[in-house]
Amino acid sequence: MIDLLFRGGLRLLTGAQTFWTGASAPDPDKVQVYFANHSSHLDAVLIWSVLPPDLRSKTRPVAARDYWKKYGFRRYLSQKVFRAVLIERTHCTKENHPVKQLCEVLEGGDSLIFFPEGSRGKGEEIGVFKSGLHHLVTRFPDAEYIPVYLENLNRVLPKGEVLPVPLICTLTFGDPLPLIPNEGRSEFLQRAREAVLTLKREL
Amino acid sequence: MDPQLKILLAVLFLLLGIASVIGWVLEKRNQQSNAVIRNLNARIKAWWVMCLFFSLAVLLGPKMTLALFTLMSFLALREFVTLIAPGRGDHRSLFWAFFVITPIQYYLIGIGWYGMSMIFIPVYGCLWMPIRNALAGDTENYMARTALVQWALMVCVYFVSHAPALLFLKIPGYVDQNAKILFFLVIVVQMSDVLQYVWGKTLGKHPIAPALSPGKTIEGFVGGILSASLVGMAMYRITPFSWWQAGLFSLLICIMGFFGGLVMSAIKRDRGVKDFGSFIEGHGGMLDRIDSIIFSAPLFFHLVRFYFS
Repeated sequence: MIDLLFRGGLRLLTGAQTFWTGASAPDPDKVQVYFANHSSHLDAVLIWSVLPPDLRSKTRPVAARDYWKKYGFRRYLSQKVFRAVLIERTHCTKENHPVKQLCEVLEGGDSLIFFPEGSRGKGEEIGVFKSGLHHLVTRFPDAEYIPVYLENLNRVLPKGEVLPVPLICTLTFGDPLPLIPNEGRSEFLQRAREAVLTLKREL
Repeated sequence: MDPQLKILLAVLFLLLGIASVIGWVLEKRNQQSNAVIRNLNARIKAWWVMCLFFSLAVLLGPKMTLALFTLMSFLALREFVTLIAPGRGDHRSLFWAFFVITPIQYYLIGIGWYGMSMIFIPVYGCLWMPIRNALAGDTENYMARTALVQWALMVCVYFVSHAPALLFLKIPGYVDQNAKILFFLVIVVQMSDVLQYVWGKTLGKHPIAPALSPGKTIEGFVGGILSASLVGMAMYRITPFSWWQAGLFSLLICIMGFFGGLVMSAIKRDRGVKDFGSFIEGHGGMLDRIDSIIFSAPLFFHLVRFYFS
């Protein structure tokens, strides 16, 4: 019930228009890592909310612990409704290292929504991808790495704002990124970033 | 239930049923799929949904109708604001526009406070928007940004709210029947759109505003507006007007509706988009559907109020 209300509310706020440009739908027998440009706290939950039900039930957004753990309601949403994988942004130790956490989720057969830039950008440009995505790819080459481009979300809830403003957002899902054996880290990250950028739709 | 309203709804859904049958036959006859027919059928289907929603809201009473129009304003504002691509400095004032000013406007309409509902957005809303934007401290394009927010409120909320305001007019000898004037307005305006499209597609040759909307023709304009006015005139029994008054009102509604479409086309051209959104399949966005109501509702409302209440 709360799940439905939450997704309905997100719809009303964002109008979420979804485009699947990939040649085929995500393989249900594999786990997926959806990676996208990051400009708002709503990014992860919006991607989660537009996935078809069978994919959604096994997909967990990666989100910042300090934001989603803060208040009772956010904590409830992140744990009970969309089962976020909350990662530490400031105090990383060996035990709670994000990559380790994410690998455990993939091992458990769940999919992830992941933001390789790490922190939220201003929305106009996509920042440099950090090495996290490369770590995942080397440990989990069997997963499908699906690029997603998010448009306008930075305007719905910009960095530093608490209250959202409704705007129509678009989400564009691309083809899974083909993996090239022995590809260098920076080449791979560059290619992954390009894959997200090419999904940017021309008005 | 008002017996006239019953007949009105019966006729409305009968016509929709006939349209659906025609669309179905056309699709069966054409084996290879035809874009025009597919678009026609998508439109007919959308008409069913829109008519069902609208009729249901009106039948459930003025409060539900107001709720429906509030939602329509909200969606229209969302499309409009998306198109003007606001900057960071507009964020807070837009929050006010969506979540404070819009609900208050419809609340004022709902309690029947005529004076306040007529000045709330033009005076208080339009004073507060520039103040809030100034407080945000972003001076880049300040005037243009502020004017856009003000205009968004006027077009998507203020003008639209005149349509449900018809429900709260007190017309002597026409107590508790106002829903039918709202139906009259909406049917005439939408018939005008449909008939302009039909006349334009069949006989249209000479473009009327090539720079704004290449699809609109003089033949479509004249044919559509005159035939829709005749439809309006034929509906005079459900209104408090005489037949010639209903005809004149219809003519006015159709002409203003046409201008509404033209103004919205100019905005879309300016921003380089074809439709405001893809909210309604085959129709584009909410604003594409209600552009003609936005411009005809205020004039119709004030004339009815002036002469009849």
